[in-house]
Amino acid sequence: MKSKRSYLIILGLAITIIAILGYGCENKASTSKSGGALSSDVASQVYVPPGEYDEFYGFMSGGFSGQIGVYGIPSGRLLKVIPVFSVDPEKGYGFNEETKPLLNTSHGFVPWDDAHHPELSQTNGKTNGKWIFINGNNTPRIARIDLSTFETTEIIEIPNSGGNHSSPFTTENTEYVVAGTRFGVPYPQKDVAINSYAENFKGMLTFVSVKEEGDMDIAFQVLLPAFDYDLAHSGKGNSHGWTFFTTYNTEEKSTLLEVNASQNDKDFIAAVNWKKAEEYIKQGKFKEIPAEYAHNVYDEKSHVATSTLKKSVKVLTPEDCPGLVYFLPTPKSPHGVDVDPTGEYIIGNGKLSADLTVHSFSKMIKAIENQSFETTIEGIPVLKFEEVVAGVVKDAGLGPLHTEFDGKGNAYTSFFISSDVVKWKLGTWEVVDKAKTFYSVGHIMIPGGDSKEPQGKYLVALNKITKDRYLPTGPELCHSAQLYDISGDKMKLLLDFPTIGEPHYAQGISADRIVPNVKKFYPIEENTHQYRAMGEKDARVEREGNIVHVYMTTIRSHFAPDNIEGIKVGDKVYFHVTNLEQDWDVPHGFSVMGANNAELLIMGGQTETLIWEPKKEGVFPFYCTDFCSALHQEMQGYIRVSPRNSNIALSWRLGEDEEI
Amino acid sequence: MKHVPRILMAVGVAALLGLFIFPMWQITLIAPQYPDGVTMYVYINKLGGENPSVIQNINILNHYVGMKYIEPDAIPELKYFPFIILAMAALGLATILINKPYAFWIWAGLMVVLAIAGMYDFYLWEYDYGHNLSPKAPIKIPGASFQPPLIGTKEIINFTATSLPHLGGYLAGSSILLAITAGWIKRKF
Repeated sequence: MKSKRSYLIILGLAITIIAILGYGCENKASTSKSGGALSSDVASQVYVPPGEYDEFYGFMSGGFSGQIGVYGIPSGRLLKVIPVFSVDPEKGYGFNEETKPLLNTSHGFVPWDDAHHPELSQTNGKTNGKWIFINGNNTPRIARIDLSTFETTEIIEIPNSGGNHSSPFTTENTEYVVAGTRFGVPYPQKDVAINSYAENFKGMLTFVSVKEEGDMDIAFQVLLPAFDYDLAHSGKGNSHGWTFFTTYNTEEKSTLLEVNASQNDKDFIAAVNWKKAEEYIKQGKFKEIPAEYAHNVYDEKSHVATSTLKKSVKVLTPEDCPGLVYFLPTPKSPHGVDVDPTGEYIIGNGKLSADLTVHSFSKMIKAIENQSFETTIEGIPVLKFEEVVAGVVKDAGLGPLHTEFDGKGNAYTSFFISSDVVKWKLGTWEVVDKAKTFYSVGHIMIPGGDSKEPQGKYLVALNKITKDRYLPTGPELCHSAQLYDISGDKMKLLLDFPTIGEPHYAQGISADRIVPNVKKFYPIEENTHQYRAMGEKDARVEREGNIVHVYMTTIRSHFAPDNIEGIKVGDKVYFHVTNLEQDWDVPHGFSVMGANNAELLIMGGQTETLIWEPKKEGVFPFYCTDFCSALHQEMQGYIRVSPRNSNIALSWRLGEDEEI
Repeated sequence: MKHVPRILMAVGVAALLGLFIFPMWQITLIAPQYPDGVTMYVYINKLGGENPSVIQNINILNHYVGMKYIEPDAIPELKYFPFIILAMAALGLATILINKPYAFWIWAGLMVVLAIAGMYDFYLWEYDYGHNLSPKAPIKIPGASFQPPLIGTKEIINFTATSLPHLGGYLAGSSILLAITAGWIKRKF
């Protein structure tokens, strides 16, 4: 009896142990959903010790945030958010008087845009760390960001365009950045019936020249059928001189595009010979067409942006310019078009096809020479598919979108629908590896991965959906980036981190190409701002009718002046604040009670202006918002507002009762 | 061997004139938030630093504890020291003409006296900056001394201050050694 009981106890124990073990296994299985990212050496691969620098900069578009997120790679640490097309109260960008003109367009002040594709400037096809460009999709624009200051310094509007998606995608020496309209628009823009699309609408490609010092200008536009020009990449090496644009909606429909623009088995990659375009421009084969567009430039010496409305563009038409544009048939509504580091292969990522179509540049040139044309559309020869195709990567996944290169003969393609990154070999087209993404990858980025010299150590996948990857934050969840080690044969997931807005494309560059040129402050002696105060002796207040100019300075830790009287209700007060600091990382902030705009955040040597229109009598404090020193909290002042008809004289002071 | 003492002395005079090109002295302040440090150079005729804003940045640091602003215009030594050095250079040339051991040694002796006087003067300035604090200083630390070291390293609240000769100072020092050697060779051979 006794032994029987002990058998039962042992049996009970055994069942319990098995159950616990089983539960343990299940638990382990559910935590390793990240696809083996828990292997032991992974943490050390992304660990950048406190105080150390990351090896790469990563620039990720903010998408609908209109910004660029600057990250350290491999750590995934967010270093800075650069406001580009969107106002940013944190930095006063678009709120201070100096930067407002940067956001001017032919539609007036447009304080937001959808920023998709950052693109680093290049020399001989290699990223040079000088600038990064990015497109504004909604109100077509291209911005240039200076990488010595990480500030937006120029924005040009693209006329005759709607949805600037296939942009900016630089040429090998940043001769041009390009723009292509994703939405056909009436040409010229006019009031017509939408269903007259095929007849009245056009698609325009734009080449924006970039001077040595960065000045952008619309060199010419190319008038094409009203297809949707989706993405682009410029040629390199042998194909330098050409830029390739993908198209969809070659059906030229204007409604229910998800069905109507998905009917043709093949759409096109448009190959534009821009060197030929330059010849035609020289020969005067263009039409000068009226067009209104803004060109906005920020001057680093005056710290002021100016906006100029331009009035016309040079337009080339393929019918008048033979050899300018060819169409390469490509299945099916291709999304990204990517050119390999040698410039020979042009990859059409057939979004609605399972396959990747790879065209050969040399075959394309031969087909052009042999006039192997299927047909001609509006003066544009359509090359025979089989005459240009080099190979097909078959059944690698579902929904191929974008391809990057590692410079070692491999290509990496993102597959949106199947949430994969697929590694395949250029030339043999065989799939050699696949890695899962979490979830729904859009663009991918390898530092220099779309240049002639990729730095193929890491790959970043930019995911549209995160679902359960992070602590939940209500209905709206972050998008994410995932970092893979691609130095070995197999891709290895290392890290997964949230991003700002929606990252579309991204760019990466080794830090040594940027760090030596980064500025620490603006030399005060170079400041040419009209309302600068070069020292406290220049600090003063001037009245012109109801406009008051306050010439104010900041230095640790006081404003000069910090007491102002004689302001009246209804005045327009301009605070022109010059930061006299000449040291790294000592910005001062300026905020005043009741301001209807934002704060100022002024870097050393810079002057920024906030407009303040007091509506009530009283004495209102202002203060420094950026913790600047041990005496930051004391960095404050008062401005006294008297009634409209008051006789209080304008006065100002700093310290004791002495006037300054 | 005949010309060696005069050549040495000529080199010594040239080295002394290096004071007009290179800083004589340097003071470096290092703190965690100033990883590269803030380095001030003392020239024979001016104050400077690794960049033009160093004096402003040191003054900003000093104002928290009520130290006087460093204003080069208020330091008369920077005006008359250059003339003393030019005079010593002229005397050095005279010793080359005289070309006697005692001439070289007297010159070296004068230089040593000048160096000691200069260091004492430097000490007085440092004492004045370090102790003559404004009664309205925002931060008062009882017992703390803000006087930088004359030579060597010292902790001054959150900063490590290091005071050392710079190239100009070393060149001036070597001019003394060259003069002594010149006299010795002249006498021996």
